[in-house]
Amino acid sequence: MNVKTIYDDGELTALLFGEIDHHTARDIRLSVDSEIEKHHPTKLILDFRRVKFMDSSGIGLIMGRYRLMKLVGGEIVLCNVPPHLERIIALSGVRSITK
Amino acid sequence: MELMNEMNLTFSSKSMNENFARTAVSAFVLPLDPTITELADIKTAVSEAVTNSIIHGYEYGEGQIGINAKIYDNGRIVIKIKDKGKGIENIAQAMEPLFSTVGGERAGLGFAVMQSFMDKLKVTSKVNCGTSVTMEKYIIRRSKALNDDVNP
Repeated sequence: MNVKTIYDDGELTALLFGEIDHHTARDIRLSVDSEIEKHHPTKLILDFRRVKFMDSSGIGLIMGRYRLMKLVGGEIVLCNVPPHLERIIALSGVRSITK
Repeated sequence: MELMNEMNLTFSSKSMNENFARTAVSAFVLPLDPTITELADIKTAVSEAVTNSIIHGYEYGEGQIGINAKIYDNGRIVIKIKDKGKGIENIAQAMEPLFSTVGGERAGLGFAVMQSFMDKLKVTSKVNCGTSVTMEKYIIRRSKALNDDVNP
């Protein structure tokens, strides 16, 4: 599993780690979504500090969670994005929908 | 420009092989001494192409994906990724950023990433026969430049 989730006081933090691709994104998605549905958080924090690699499947993961958070009336925050992920994040334009 | 090395790889269209494919290609290009950024660019582009073959080419079904990679002494890398899947009807449309036939969790950025992370990208496809993606990147030969300076 490439994610650990922590829920506290309306905020859901997903600590992502390892390599995020189409293969690993599925389990991350299932795990984060079940926590969102359980708690209906006002904020989802995706923490990329320990992510070694990410392709556009990671962007799909961010976009999908953004849509889900919008449905439950919450927002999404990207934090600790390491320099090696900046390029794909900039290319995708997801910065405009996240905080 | 001389061919330094060549490799051929064939593997099943399983998502667990996305990691295997990008790791194998990144190990293969190491003799050119790429920077961490250059290596990350290559790994990402390979991951996108292989993922496309799995999701779109074979639509999660069984099939074989082939990779041919070549490195040249001037720092040129040529990577060809092939599948015998359903092919792409409209390549220009498939390459548009944010276009995705499957929607949902797919960002539709695969080709945009390949295009922007590599120096050259060529896609050929035939419906019901398969798709072939050829990507090129040039690595600046730092170690060679250094040697040439020392021993002109």
